[in-house]
Amino acid sequence: MIALGHFNYWAVVVLMMVGFYTLIARGNLVKKLIGLNIFQTSVFLLYISMGKIVGGTAPILVEGEGAEDVLYSNPIPHVLILTAIVVGVATTALGLSLVVRIKEAYGTVEEDEIRDDAL
Amino acid sequence: MTEHLLVLVVAVPLILAPVAAIVGRTGAAWIVAWVASWWAFGASVALLRQVWEGGTIRYFLGGWAAPYGIEYRLDLANAFVILIVGTVAAVVIPYARTSVAKEIEEDRGALFYAAFILCMTGLLGIAVTGDVFNVFVFLEISSLSAYALIALGNDRRALTASYQYLIMGSVGATFIVIGIGLVYVMTGTLNMVDLAERLPAVADTRTIPVAFTFFTVGITLKLALFPLHLWLPNAYTYAPSAVTAFIASTATKVAVYLLLRFFFTIFGASFSFDEMQLDLVLMPLALIAILAMSLVAIYQQNVKRLLAYSSVAQIGYMVLGISLASVLGVTAGILHLFNHALMKGALFMAMGCVMYRIGSVHVDRMAGLGRAMPWTMAAFVAGGLSIIGVPLTVGFVSKWYLVQAALEQGLWPVAVVVLIGSLLALMYVWKVVEVAYFRQSDPNAGIREAPLTLLVPTWVLVAANFYFGIDASVTAGIATRAAEVLLGVAP
Repeated sequence: MIALGHFNYWAVVVLMMVGFYTLIARGNLVKKLIGLNIFQTSVFLLYISMGKIVGGTAPILVEGEGAEDVLYSNPIPHVLILTAIVVGVATTALGLSLVVRIKEAYGTVEEDEIRDDAL
Repeated sequence: MTEHLLVLVVAVPLILAPVAAIVGRTGAAWIVAWVASWWAFGASVALLRQVWEGGTIRYFLGGWAAPYGIEYRLDLANAFVILIVGTVAAVVIPYARTSVAKEIEEDRGALFYAAFILCMTGLLGIAVTGDVFNVFVFLEISSLSAYALIALGNDRRALTASYQYLIMGSVGATFIVIGIGLVYVMTGTLNMVDLAERLPAVADTRTIPVAFTFFTVGITLKLALFPLHLWLPNAYTYAPSAVTAFIASTATKVAVYLLLRFFFTIFGASFSFDEMQLDLVLMPLALIAILAMSLVAIYQQNVKRLLAYSSVAQIGYMVLGISLASVLGVTAGILHLFNHALMKGALFMAMGCVMYRIGSVHVDRMAGLGRAMPWTMAAFVAGGLSIIGVPLTVGFVSKWYLVQAALEQGLWPVAVVVLIGSLLALMYVWKVVEVAYFRQSDPNAGIREAPLTLLVPTWVLVAANFYFGIDASVTAGIATRAAEVLLGVAP
């Protein structure tokens, strides 16, 4: 049961490994970037999962009767991960634009076909 | 003004970067970059003086008290690091004007300077911040702009080098984010000082060692410790000359600072080195880096690539000093941060001069250059002497401290490796000197000396190499006190 209770974290680990493996094993530059994206997304999930507090509600201040007893989720990991998502988008955009220019310069996006004779 | 200086040192360049992009013309953008880098230089000197006299400076962004808000915190260790970044930027920018005009197309000039300012902002930000997530944000600002700068090189291999750096750099940064997440979930804080206070209570859990491991891998990837250095040689080789000079002397240095900050301030030396036995990992890798990478450097035909491998070896020296985990060892590491920035800056700038005149830095093309470009090659020889560690140069000072630190703990084989490293450095520097001075070449007969706009900045760094090599009291004094602060033995 404890294992199932950590379902989110298992999903994080599986996604992390899928992404990391793709990143290392694939020779196609676009597929490598997809692997990087999956890898980063798993970290987003890790952060979002840890912001959840059992029984917690959305972190908006409740006023009036029983306000002291309200349990809130932790909003900070979510805010942090918004920043990380922006960074991830920027990285992907830069990576893809590099792939476009590599394609223009070499005529291929396969790692083993990109060759340059040593100067 | 002075009480806000700590945030302005980062904020002013951050605001100037889009200005450089908007003005559009290369010349105007260069002036903006000039203002930004000299601002960083001036502010870092002022801040270092302030810290030296008055101790740690704290700044709370937006007035939110730590640990809830983001805190910028400057002690001697990071004050010294921002001084390195500011100094190198202030020297590289005057140099960049001529070099960039030759190597980068006119319509990309403004964007080049915008990316350059952003890269500097990111590096300064990593150094001044006292918040671990803020570290990640600035790390990505500096890295993303560095990828773009490297891709501007006019060889098409610059593109693949940049791509490779992007993949490996992003993995490293993501590892650091995982580490940050794990320590946050255990302690509920992101503030470095607060983390240092709360971590010992939870150090026995499994999560903290895992977080520690993620940090170790992520940071060593960023600082290019052997065997995670694979992105570095290509990136340094094919980047535009000014970019190589800047990134080689700052980016890996700031990553070394991160290593110091995480392992000494946040986790604490006793946890990092006694409990996790980090020295057993770092020291062998550093020793292998010194020997193997110096050997590889000897066989390189492209001088920029030769210097890049030499950089990986020199990073080995810094990490070696840190892995000794003593005041003297960490002093040697910090001192070498500064000294290596001076020597590699001078060497890569000399190569930029060669690139400017003959359009190549291949060893065979440099025959007879000692006669055709006497000042450039003299700068190279001076920087080379510093890399070898000849007395009166900064290289000697850092190696002296390193050998002393090793002998202090009775590790004489380590001292021997340091000396062998110097011999290997002599071999790869000599390889270039021999071709440039003792081989005649007809095609290079008509080559003129590099223009003064390139030579003057190069020689400023060369002069610094000798100045701080002869009178090391200032740099060694700062480094010693910074090491004492990091190890928590400060009076």
